[in-house]
Amino acid sequence: MLDSARMACGVGLLGLGIGLYAKQAKALPPLALRPPGALAEKDFLGACVRCGLCVRDCPYDILSLANPEQPVATGTPYFVARQLPCEMCDDIPCVKACPTGALEHQLTDINKAKMGLAVLVDQENCLNFLGLRCDICHRVCPVIDKAISLESRVNARTGKHTLFIPVVHSEHCTGCGKCEKGCPLPVAAIKVYPTELARGEPGEHYRLGWVEKEKAGGSLVAPDIQHQYNLPEGLRYESGRGFVPGGEAPPATPGMRPAVPRASQGDKL
Amino acid sequence: MSVGAEAVAAKGWLGAHKWLLARRVSQLGILALFLLGPLAGVWIVKGNLTFSYTLDFLPLTDPYILLQTLLTGHLPETKAIVGVFIVLVLYALVGGRVFCSWVCPVNMVTDAAAWLRERLGIKGGAHVSRETRYWILAMTLILALATGTLAWELVNPVSMFHRGIIFGIGAAWAIILAVFLFDLFVMKDGWCGHLCPVGAFYSLIGKVSLLRTVAVERAACNDCLDCFVVCPEPQVIRPALKGVDGAGPVILAANCTNCGRCIDVCSKDVFAFGSRFGNRTGRHSSPAKSITPATCK
Repeated sequence: MLDSARMACGVGLLGLGIGLYAKQAKALPPLALRPPGALAEKDFLGACVRCGLCVRDCPYDILSLANPEQPVATGTPYFVARQLPCEMCDDIPCVKACPTGALEHQLTDINKAKMGLAVLVDQENCLNFLGLRCDICHRVCPVIDKAISLESRVNARTGKHTLFIPVVHSEHCTGCGKCEKGCPLPVAAIKVYPTELARGEPGEHYRLGWVEKEKAGGSLVAPDIQHQYNLPEGLRYESGRGFVPGGEAPPATPGMRPAVPRASQGDKL
Repeated sequence: MSVGAEAVAAKGWLGAHKWLLARRVSQLGILALFLLGPLAGVWIVKGNLTFSYTLDFLPLTDPYILLQTLLTGHLPETKAIVGVFIVLVLYALVGGRVFCSWVCPVNMVTDAAAWLRERLGIKGGAHVSRETRYWILAMTLILALATGTLAWELVNPVSMFHRGIIFGIGAAWAIILAVFLFDLFVMKDGWCGHLCPVGAFYSLIGKVSLLRTVAVERAACNDCLDCFVVCPEPQVIRPALKGVDGAGPVILAANCTNCGRCIDVCSKDVFAFGSRFGNRTGRHSSPAKSITPATCK
C-alpha cells in the first residue's frame, strides 16, 4: 500500500513535469511551419508519430525532424520558409507518405494547402512601400495575383509616382514561404506565420453594410438616404478643386469614389 | 573465476557468445537497413522504429505509440493500423521483449553500461522496484489522454535515439549519455530493467508470446550463478530453473527478453530456446536442487 502510494507520487511527479513541458511544446514557434495538410497544431501533436516519412518523400529535402534542443515538439516535421520554402508539388508526396493522417490525406490540391499565411510585417523597410519596384514576393508567388496582388496607391512622398503595394489574400495564400525566401532584404519584410498568429477576426455580430446590401439585392434602409453636404453658405464642393464659390452643391452620386486621394495628386503638394 | 569463463572453457569463446553476437548483428543490421537510405541512397526501409515502410510495401508500426495516438483522440490511417497488427503478431511469435534485446538501439548503450559496471566493480546504487516501468507506462498513457499530445515522445530516449541516428541526433545524445551514466553509476539495469515504459509495453505482448527460453536441462545446473549475473532480468530465471512451486522449465515471465545470454554463459547447456508449451511435453528434466537465495531477488 505504502509502496504503491510512493510509486504513484514519484511517477506522478515525473508525469506532471512532462505534462507541463508538453503544454509548453504545444506552441509552435512562428518561424517553424508544418508540411502541407497538417492538422491544427494541437491535433497534429497527437496524430504525428514522428516517423519522418514526409521528410523522406519530400523531393526537395525541405523538411526536418525537430531535435530536443529545438523549440518545435521533438521529432515532429517542420520547415523554415526563409531557409527552404515549400515547392508545392502537384502530387504532394509528403501528405501521401504520412501513415497516420497527421497530414490530412483529403488535401489533394496543393493550392488549397494552408501551411501558414504570408504577412507583410515591415511596411517601413519593404522596398515596394518605399516606392521601388522590387515586386519579388509578387513574382515568385506560385499563386501569383491571387495570393499576392500589387495594389496601386499614390506615392505621397513624390506626389507623382505610384506605390505598388503587395497585398496578401488569405483565401489563396498557401503559406509556402516563397515570398519570404525571395525577399531581398537581409531580414525579410514579408514573413509566413502560422495562420492563427497572422489573422485577426471580426466580431461575430459585425455586418458589412455593402455585403448585406448585395445579399439582399438592394438597400436595407428604404428609402436610401440622400447624402447631404453641410457647406458654408455661398460655397460648393467640387471634386479635384475643393471649395469653390457658387450656388448649390452638385447632387450626390451614390457610390461616388472618395475625392481626397485625387486631390492630393499633382503639383499642389 | 569471471562470469562466463566456465562456458568459454567448455564451448570455446564463439560458442559462449553466439547469441550475443547474433543480437549485435541483428541490432546493427536493423540500424544499417535504416541508414542505407540516408547514407547510401538505397531505400529499403524508410522511417524509424515508431513507423517504418519497407520496400514501399510493408508497414510496421510501434503499437505503444499508436496506442498513445488513439488516446489523444486521433484515428490513424489504415497503413499505420495494418502496421500495428503485423508488429503485434511478430512479437507474439518471437517474444514481446525481443524488441528490447534484438532491435532497440538503447540496448547497446545499457549493455555497455552494464559491462563497464561489471569491469569497474561498481556495486550497489539506487533501488526502485522493477514494477516502476508499469507505473511509468500508465503515466505516459494518461499523459496522452490528458494533454491530447504524444507527450512522452518529447522525452522518450528510445525513439529519440533511433530517430537521432537516422535523421540527425541534435542534443539527444545528451539524453542517451544520461541513460548510460544512470545505468553505470546509479542503478544496475536501471533504464531497461526498471524504468523504460516501451519495454514494459512490449512485456505485455510477452505475456502470451510463443518463443521462450527454456531451462531444458535444469537438472544439470551446477549453481555457478553465471546466468543470474548476466541476465538483465534475473528474477525471471529462478521459477523455471529451480521449479519453484512446481513450475515447469519454460521461462514464462513476461520480462524475459529472449536475449539468450543465459544460453551462452551456461557451461552445462541448461538453457535453450523453445516454445511456451514446452512445459507440457515432459521432455524436460526435473529442477535443480539448490540455489543461494540472496541472488534470486
